[in-house]
Amino acid sequence: MTGIPLTDILFVSTALFFIGMYGLFTRRNIITMLMSVELILNSVNINFVAFNKYLYPEKLDGIFFTIFIITIAAAEAAVAIAIIINLYRTHQSIDAEDAGELKF
Amino acid sequence: MPNYSYIVLIPLLPLAVFVILGLFGRKYFKNISGIIAVIALLASTVLALYTAYQYFFVGGKVNGVFQKIIAIKYTWLQFSPGVSIDMGVLLDPISVLMIVIVTFVSLMVHIFSLGYMKGEERFATYYAFLSLFTFSMLGLVLASNIFQVYIFWELVGASSYLLIGYYFDKPSAVAASKKAFIVTRFADLGFLIGILILAFHAQTLDFGTLIERLTSPQSPQLLAITSASFLGVSILTWALVLVFIGGAGKSAMFPLHIWLPDAMEGPTPVSALIHAATMVVAGVYLVARLFPVFALSDPAALNIVAYTGAFSALLAAVIACTQTDIKRVLAYSTMSQIGYMMFALGVSRYGGENGLGFMASMFHLFTHAFFKSLLFLGAGAVIHLVHSNEMKDMGGLRKLMPVTHTCFLIACLAIAGIPPFSGFFSKEEILLAAFESNKLIYGVALLTSALTAFYMFRLYFSIFWKKDAHVHAHHGEGTMSMKIPLLLLAAGALLAGFVPFSSLVTSDGAALETHINIAFSAAPVLLAVLAILSAGVLYRKENDQPEKIAASFGGLYKAAYRKFYIDEIYLFVTKKIIFNCIGRPAAWIDKYIVDGLMNAIAAATAKISELTKGMQSGKVQNYALYFFGGVVTLTVVFIYWWK
Repeated sequence: MTGIPLTDILFVSTALFFIGMYGLFTRRNIITMLMSVELILNSVNINFVAFNKYLYPEKLDGIFFTIFIITIAAAEAAVAIAIIINLYRTHQSIDAEDAGELKF
Repeated sequence: MPNYSYIVLIPLLPLAVFVILGLFGRKYFKNISGIIAVIALLASTVLALYTAYQYFFVGGKVNGVFQKIIAIKYTWLQFSPGVSIDMGVLLDPISVLMIVIVTFVSLMVHIFSLGYMKGEERFATYYAFLSLFTFSMLGLVLASNIFQVYIFWELVGASSYLLIGYYFDKPSAVAASKKAFIVTRFADLGFLIGILILAFHAQTLDFGTLIERLTSPQSPQLLAITSASFLGVSILTWALVLVFIGGAGKSAMFPLHIWLPDAMEGPTPVSALIHAATMVVAGVYLVARLFPVFALSDPAALNIVAYTGAFSALLAAVIACTQTDIKRVLAYSTMSQIGYMMFALGVSRYGGENGLGFMASMFHLFTHAFFKSLLFLGAGAVIHLVHSNEMKDMGGLRKLMPVTHTCFLIACLAIAGIPPFSGFFSKEEILLAAFESNKLIYGVALLTSALTAFYMFRLYFSIFWKKDAHVHAHHGEGTMSMKIPLLLLAAGALLAGFVPFSSLVTSDGAALETHINIAFSAAPVLLAVLAILSAGVLYRKENDQPEKIAASFGGLYKAAYRKFYIDEIYLFVTKKIIFNCIGRPAAWIDKYIVDGLMNAIAAATAKISELTKGMQSGKVQNYALYFFGGVVTLTVVFIYWWK
């Protein structure tokens, strides 16, 4: 346990964050974009757990936050998929490029 | 002191009729609206006569002097402890006199209109407007507060506008109503400023207090207002002259008279009511109301009143000799007679024998109301028969309409000042007052008096003699409702001169001794008779004499016929000078500077939004990018700069 330094874990979470960011910006498929958002959320989760474990091992705040985020992410995924289904019904597509009517 | 609170009903009954007929008249009371209005006004008239009886013969006098009685007072707007706008009723000889005149003449006109306006599409509306006018006029004369006068003054102007423009599908009537409204409104601006100056210095709007403060020589208010001056003239003079301008506008004094002849576009009974007996004497009434201030504190303003009145009287008489539209002749005659009343006030002074002019003016107002409304109603009956206002379409009507003919003749004799008709008595007093104080005005008055007799009989002969009637009278002289008012007014024109006026209405309330002086009366009566005879020679039979005489006057005749080009001068001043020098620059500033500023702001906004609207692309990933960029920026700011 003590073998892995904190910076390594932070490195992993940062990498995960930017991979998610990259996916969010480059993918046109909304489901892929949703998955990218999940990656970003999980990178944050890793941060919380790691900081909790390494800096304040006697407390549980970070871990509780993580549980909250997982819960919220589940709800958010449900909402997002509902939106995607509706979008598909109206546009026959789940491509973000095709749903661009709300502009100037 | 008897209880006078019932007086409030006199103006409120016409108001109630106005509301009822104005709201429901056209739908529910189409045919009986006239009857409703007549009944309500009859009640008002009876109350007014009862009030006059109570005031003049029972309870108005204390120690031989008529008192000012505040019958009702209700504070409406309180500005400061001393200054408030009250709604009240003030009884004194002139207001009691005026309510009698207004209700009586209005009643006659209401009854006359039953026949004259029969079958009009907007019959109920007509009566609603008449009632509104009657209400406003009664409120004006009963007002106890100068601002109350102003409120009703404007109401009178508005209802007069409605009545002149009654035939709103006739462009000339619409133009006339607008002209009347704008000219009088312009004059009212002077009135308002005058009121504000008086109220500012006297610290009150109440008539009684105002007159007391501005007439007692030691009062600090009088000292302040006379010692302050503007352009070398004392503020009091300015204030009174401004108030008089308001009065001159309503009373059609030169140079604000231009609206009166055009106002003849209204229905003829309306002319009888508004432009003969009631509204046009409002200016005289106003000066009479403030007469103590004029006479005791500021004779200079009174002189202006006198000369304006005398000049208007003469000018109008000259123009009246040349007009061919019978209603316009009567309109100018009205202006001339009101000029008489004005200069009678102007030459008068306060109290006792010096107050003869005041008494004479009010007396003439009283008698004039009868014979002039009679003339207008008679002209209305003639127009009703002939369907034309032009003299040349008339002639020889005396056989067709005997009642109208007799009444018209009585009125003409009365206005010409032939004894024993009512006009004689009042005119004599005016001439006497002028003779005693100002010989120049006396001369003008004498000349005007002769001209009056001439043009009235020119009118009379042209309508009723001159040639044989060629009018095919498919209906007779008119219904009973048109004849009864004529007969009643004729009785008034015949007998009003015998009212012992000098013991009832005087400047200070105390009775005044007057007696007819045969030697003095000889000159005006002789002149009037001569004028009538010459009118008879010229117009009784058709001949070419009038044209020859007109031609011999040349330019003068033409100028008088064109009303001395006063309308043209007004048009020149407004269109060429005011429009070009003030209107156009103002329009330019409005168009290019005021609007320009607004347009520039709008254009800048549009430009900025044009530049930035590309941000809203509709692409969700772009938004995410902006969001992320924002977060990064904030992070950098918070970490490195926001210590």
